Amino acid sequence: MKPPRFDYHDPETVPEVVGLLKTLPNARMLAGGQSLMPMLNMRLALPDHLVDLNRVEGLAYIRETGGALEIGAMTRQRDIEFSQLVLERCPVMHEAILQVGHRQTRNRGTLGGSLCQLDPSAELVAVAAALEATIAVAGPKGTREIPFSGFPKTYMTPAIGPDELLTRVRFPLWPRPHGWAFVEFARRHGDFAVVSAAALLEEDRGKIKRASVTLGGVAAAPVRMKEVEKALVGQTASDALFRDACEACRKIEAMQDVHAPASYRQHLAAVLSRRALERAHARIGAAKMSS
Amino acid sequence: MGFVGRSVTRLEDAPMLTGRGRYAADVSFSRELHMRVVRSSHAHARIVAIDAGAARELPGCVAVWTSEDVAEIPPIDFRSTRVQGLEPHRQPVLARDRVRYVGEPVAVVFAEDPYLAEDAADLVTMEVEELPVVLSADRGTEAAVIRKGYGDIEAAFRAAHTVVDLDLSIGRHSGVPLETRGAIARYDAMRDALELHGATKRPHANRDLLARMLAREPGSIHLYEGHVGGGFGVRGEIYPEDVLVCAAALRLGRPVKWIEDRRENLMACNHSREQRHRVRAAVDAQGRILGIDDEFFHDQGAYVRTHGARVADLTAGMLPGPYRVPTYRAVGHYRLTNKTPAATYRAPGRYEATFVCERLLDAIAAKTGIDRVEVRRRNLIAKTEMPYARDLDVIDTEVVLDSGDYAGLLDQALARADWAVLQSELEQRRAAGEAVGVGLAFFLEKSGLGPVDVARVSMAADGTFDVVTGAASLGQGVETVLAQIAADALGVDYRRVRVAHGCTDRIEQGYGSHASRTTVMTGSAVHIAATKLRENMQPGCSAQGSFESEHMTYPYGVHIAVVNVDRDTGGVAVERYLAAFDVGRAVNPRLVEGQIEGGVVQGLGGALLEEFVYDAEGSPLSVTFADYAMPTACEAPGIAVLLTEDAPSPLNPLGIKGAGEGGVNPVGAVIASAIDDALGVAGAVTRLPVTPPRLVEIMRAERR
Amino acid sequence: MSETRNIAVTVNGKRYERSVDVRLTLADFLRGPLGLTGTHLGCEHGVCGACTILVDGQSARSCLMLAVQANGHEIATVEGLAPSAERLHPLQEAFRDNHGLQCGFCTPGMLMTLVEFLRDHPNPTEGEVRVAISGNLCRCTGYQGIVAAALDAAGRMRKGG
Repeated sequence: MKPPRFDYHDPETVPEVVGLLKTLPNARMLAGGQSLMPMLNMRLALPDHLVDLNRVEGLAYIRETGGALEIGAMTRQRDIEFSQLVLERCPVMHEAILQVGHRQTRNRGTLGGSLCQLDPSAELVAVAAALEATIAVAGPKGTREIPFSGFPKTYMTPAIGPDELLTRVRFPLWPRPHGWAFVEFARRHGDFAVVSAAALLEEDRGKIKRASVTLGGVAAAPVRMKEVEKALVGQTASDALFRDACEACRKIEAMQDVHAPASYRQHLAAVLSRRALERAHARIGAAKMSS
Repeated sequence: MGFVGRSVTRLEDAPMLTGRGRYAADVSFSRELHMRVVRSSHAHARIVAIDAGAARELPGCVAVWTSEDVAEIPPIDFRSTRVQGLEPHRQPVLARDRVRYVGEPVAVVFAEDPYLAEDAADLVTMEVEELPVVLSADRGTEAAVIRKGYGDIEAAFRAAHTVVDLDLSIGRHSGVPLETRGAIARYDAMRDALELHGATKRPHANRDLLARMLAREPGSIHLYEGHVGGGFGVRGEIYPEDVLVCAAALRLGRPVKWIEDRRENLMACNHSREQRHRVRAAVDAQGRILGIDDEFFHDQGAYVRTHGARVADLTAGMLPGPYRVPTYRAVGHYRLTNKTPAATYRAPGRYEATFVCERLLDAIAAKTGIDRVEVRRRNLIAKTEMPYARDLDVIDTEVVLDSGDYAGLLDQALARADWAVLQSELEQRRAAGEAVGVGLAFFLEKSGLGPVDVARVSMAADGTFDVVTGAASLGQGVETVLAQIAADALGVDYRRVRVAHGCTDRIEQGYGSHASRTTVMTGSAVHIAATKLRENMQPGCSAQGSFESEHMTYPYGVHIAVVNVDRDTGGVAVERYLAAFDVGRAVNPRLVEGQIEGGVVQGLGGALLEEFVYDAEGSPLSVTFADYAMPTACEAPGIAVLLTEDAPSPLNPLGIKGAGEGGVNPVGAVIASAIDDALGVAGAVTRLPVTPPRLVEIMRAERR
Repeated sequence: MSETRNIAVTVNGKRYERSVDVRLTLADFLRGPLGLTGTHLGCEHGVCGACTILVDGQSARSCLMLAVQANGHEIATVEGLAPSAERLHPLQEAFRDNHGLQCGFCTPGMLMTLVEFLRDHPNPTEGEVRVAISGNLCRCTGYQGIVAAALDAAGRMRKGG
């Protein structure tokens, strides 16, 4: 289990990266390495060129601008975990990041790496779907922005060209107070979720004004449950409402793997989306009481 | 004050704590070559052609071998089996004509470094003709049938007041030590000596086996054990790779190193445990067992390895457990499938047998309406019946339970768990909506496999002592425990005793470490040798001790576990765990506890998490640590150990029984019992591991 | 031949300059050219944690980094933990005294993970310790002795022991 041969490049600026990607055939970018390195060691990835992004300047930051969090592609998961800004302004991301891998992997793993790997069970991918993130990619023609809904192309493949790199992700923020929850079921602590659910709720005078329900790990990419969201908006939150609305999650066409058959994933989808909504709703109440 | 019975700190720890250990991968010789194995990606196929041309041309690649290059090496033999007719199913060191499981070695590449070896191996291509695959022991070639039993079983069932019958399965899982296998061979022409480093478990027996296969004198082969990153039964047997590095070192004239990678480990190192039992018990009106009749199907995988049919033999021989079973019949179908070969994993045959036996006891309790503790109490063999001879043999020894106060330990365990209070606590929590339950499983272990062991103790000029043994150390604390035994016999501090093990050139005879034998057998030999030396204790003097035993010792125990089932997800959390175990005498109680704690968590892996899964074509799906899920610290519960010494073994001078396998033995049984209790459904669990999807299915079926 | 690069790395306070194959993993670099075999490889795909080291004070899996990536960085491995040849680090002492190791294969990774954790969380609960080591597999101890050792070490280190 040793990496195959490749040529190694460690550019220091984004234009240099783009220049390399344009000229090098069969190149892969190396961010935190927590997914690509195992694939190299197992020789499931066989690039001719490895473009290491770890020395590229200006890709690691977390900032709030224009009602959104902007996070640089090479921001370590660790820095998201310990960011006061994330905790205060985007608590669903904070709750999700605590369930990503382990201390050692979060120390190295990056936001951009996770999104480009696009594992259907990855927590940060589900958060991007839940928040309707916008993804900025730099290429030979400059920078373009991709809404997350158009980001997954196929299974574990983002809609990015071979000469483009992800530079920044913009996560629109929900107003204060809002309800949030990120819940998942994994076989073991720190494992990829078998199924995860992210819920966001905004309520107005007892009625649900806006809802976001996202399921990870069920299908090839995170699924926004528009049907559930529609069933919630305008209603008064209650356990019965959440339970009934989430039954729709059983209808998603689900994957199967060594950990679980499709039917179990459909079942978990209903269970976890309900749990996430219940928790999100309870947090609105808690936020109101404390404010 | 002596050292035996005290939890002194280990002699082994200092190098391991400071990064100065010497595990197999840490052994290096100058000019060494690195071997890489090319493995079959087909579960069953005829080999049409293997093309190694491109690999041979790669710079840095020194040689590539296929089966033709090792035609003179016979298949790997059994080191012990009484079961006849298994010879045709032995594994060749490289596949000839046919491959029978994914992961089977078909070629080996030798190169200047491990990266290049892997590059070269990737260039070897194989043309095959696919053959049909068999993936279940419900079908499959029947290599042997294991039959054991006594008494008139038919009469017992005719006389039965109640009969329970069950269909039970245990999943395929294994030891999976954290260190993968490794073998480093070098040939010293000056001494005409072939050295194999990375040895463990049974160095002397393995030396003899290698000598036969390589047509050399045993005295010209030396096996060396360094640090070993866990064994659990799977490590230290002779596998194809061990033979290949030896043959290559002889033929290529350079040291040859092979370090298994984890993917290989999960598809090439012994699997274990996969069995299906169709079992029934006849009981009288008081819930007393009249007979047990078991037919089981053992999934051996593609070849019969060094153990022969040992696991099936142990299953059949140990299944009646600690109970009075007047009539008994076991028929084990030992069948071949297109999966990784199986063999022993810590408490082989007993993890399976205890699961079956204790599921039966729970079923009897449910069907007769007698409390499950009471059912066990009525059937446990009494202290006054010891020693208790059973008309059964197991791994070539007669079953004579040497000593035990089973009911006494049950009482102590129930008291320690505060059983009555626990029951009412759980009842309250269930009333409040939680699915919590407690499981209980009694079990019989076996240890101290004979027939003999030897040790030599000598006094050095500086007043320290050397204990030389043929034992092996796989991390369990052998050096410390043997030093404690020697120190007491010599009347010195255990820190003045050095213990040698695992090296065939230090002592002529040796029996290694397996079957929970070392403290019993080697420990007794050390005790005898050291006692002799004490009679004439002077620098330069030495004494030899030999200890023989025809019968095994039988430790026993009871585990109690509380689980919390998430009814929605099927997740199971183990909240509390008590392991009570009588080891006759504990030389180092903390080390015994460590054995139990580790075994319990391995057992939980097999009960809830770990399973080697195959797809319909026979491709293994559990070939990474992401997919073969062993428990982390978050899945492991806090474990309370109740260690008792109420029934010393009469079979050895110190009264010791082995402690290596009592942690893992009953875990599948106790977890099944606890989940039943949490769901309020007797007999809900019939299959291990109880994965969340399976548990959700069980609950769904129950609601229908 | 594969491409090589010259790198300069500080390991346990000592500076090393070496030419390395660009595909060489950091773990293999430490174990091979530097001879620091205390860092163990248990899976080489980032799950078992046996190869855990500190990179600039933060724990990382050395099987998931290339040696070239360590250029200019400070690495700490288990060999650098004890303050001297005669003395153990309090965490090492606690492992010894609480039977926190059996085969010792996971031990270096456990120690390096816990060094970082106890530095950042000097007074942890048992539950926090279990989460902290959940990225390190142990197959021998059932984690019982390791958890006890970590809690014991935290106490010793708070007292400045």
